[in-house]
Amino acid sequence: MNQQNATAAAEPDLAEEFLDRSTPLRTVRNLLHRHPAISPAIVLIAAVAVFGGLNERFLEPSNLSLVSQQVAVVGTLALAQTLIILTAGIDLSVGAVMVLASMVVAQTTVQNGVPAAVGLVLGLAVGLGAGALNGLLVTRLKLPPFIVTLGSLNVFLALTLLYSGGATVRGGDMPDLLTLTGETFSLGGVNITIGVVMMLVLYVALALILHGTAWGRHVYAAGDDPEAARLAGIRVQRVLASVYLAAGAILAVAAWIQIGRSNAASPNTGVDLNLDSITAVVIGGTSLFGGRGTVWGTLLGALIVGVFRNGLALVGVDILWQTFAVGVLIIAAVSIDQWIRKARA
Amino acid sequence: MSTDESGSREPILQATGLVKTYGRVVGLDGVDLDLYPGEVLAVIGDNGAGKSTLIKCLTGAEIPNEGEIRLEGRRVQFKRPQDARALGIETVYQTLAVSPALDIAANLFLGRELRKPGPLGTVLRAVDVKRMRQRAKEELAELGITTLQDVTVPVENLSGGQRQAVAVARAAAFGSKVVVLDEPTAALGVRESRQVLELIASLRDRGVPVILISHNMPQVFEVADRIHIQRLGKRAATITPRSHSMTDAVAIMTGAARA
Repeated sequence: MNQQNATAAAEPDLAEEFLDRSTPLRTVRNLLHRHPAISPAIVLIAAVAVFGGLNERFLEPSNLSLVSQQVAVVGTLALAQTLIILTAGIDLSVGAVMVLASMVVAQTTVQNGVPAAVGLVLGLAVGLGAGALNGLLVTRLKLPPFIVTLGSLNVFLALTLLYSGGATVRGGDMPDLLTLTGETFSLGGVNITIGVVMMLVLYVALALILHGTAWGRHVYAAGDDPEAARLAGIRVQRVLASVYLAAGAILAVAAWIQIGRSNAASPNTGVDLNLDSITAVVIGGTSLFGGRGTVWGTLLGALIVGVFRNGLALVGVDILWQTFAVGVLIIAAVSIDQWIRKARA
Repeated sequence: MSTDESGSREPILQATGLVKTYGRVVGLDGVDLDLYPGEVLAVIGDNGAGKSTLIKCLTGAEIPNEGEIRLEGRRVQFKRPQDARALGIETVYQTLAVSPALDIAANLFLGRELRKPGPLGTVLRAVDVKRMRQRAKEELAELGITTLQDVTVPVENLSGGQRQAVAVARAAAFGSKVVVLDEPTAALGVRESRQVLELIASLRDRGVPVILISHNMPQVFEVADRIHIQRLGKRAATITPRSHSMTDAVAIMTGAARA
């Protein structure tokens, strides 16, 4: 009986080995599997080449500067989103948390007269508080992240409107420190904002942390196979909670970048950016099933979305077709991800 | 009651009178188990006999209601798997509990990564990838695992047998006192099972005592020094492959005979 079972189990194994021929397509798939950032890199280069060819204004420094500024906010949100998606979660509330934090920063400094630095710390506290709330609901009540953040999205939106009374705080009324992220300097003719630099610094820091620390490896392991991670002695729930906290901190920085970018804090700007952040992560090759992906892929994904929106607008394509194009990109990216995931030997 | 050929030696791991209930269901009903240094002890039993529960209690995955566990003569209590692991009891699960996207070296050190020396490691908590890869290579070579040459390959690119080899190597590495293998060949083909059995033998040759839970009688009789037969939440007998046949073992397992 047992031996029969063993023989039966061996057959698919042998069959698999028999079929395991190295075709060029399989080689490509294995390459993409090991380096998931390759495909978004190719898409980005192709998109830049096509839009540069279609409209000469696309590659002008002023336009590239605009693209970089458009990417700064979404790129930072997407960084927080990457952390959460790496653990096989999803955060629908990133945009709402950012807006709430930005309103708290702006209102406390402008209306309550606290020093700008203290206002920023309060914003950080909002981000961490929101992250802690999401994280506790996911790890303690074991609710699916989708549901938790769908709920907290609405809670944070309502809190933002209640707190701000729906009023926008103008950048001109704020201390300079708050709008610092919108200040620019020139790099080879391209105007770069401090916000863009901050975003890039966050990317470098998180890339180093994810690859160079035990915590980073545990994030991947927890998203990849939570049970295996637990059996290896990793406190998976604790890792998950820390991921939501870290994401909250990043969202607070995104709030600062957003204030500089729009030179205002408005309760209505950026609340819909949660979907764009997910788009950037997915296009960047990070798997929605967790455990696979890189922050650099996400940066490429954010750039692709920015380049597509900007390029299509320059070419004169209706904004609805821009959205259509982004939708096609998402579906294509997820299809490629599914295909790549079959590359297990 | 049991055929104990280990004489008067002290068991390295000893469980006495373990009881574990789940509501009204009795998983373990006062079970004893002895593991002696340098032996492979197989644990067999029918479904529901309490094999898994017994192993879970020994490895900290479950907390027994009653009874005591002694490791090297000292009483120990495990609240979670990490506790057992910290004292040198390592477990390999049948589910190939490895992280597919991480490479072989990262899997071997998962949960106990080596830090870089100096402030980089202590303050910034940076892991020492180079040293982990070096140690991983040495460990695999010492276990005679020759099929895994490149420790930077993601585990998902490995075959089932190779993955299980990684899991076994992880358990055997780092000076563990006891290695527990829960149905290590259940998910594997014939050739891959053979690799794992050879690995078990090589563990014993290194002096690491092994507890092997298995359904597969031929494998058990091939590799085990002693066989603990679990029945109805208790130890029905401990036999050896020399003193009893497979038929005897099955008879004891099913209650048709006594040891």
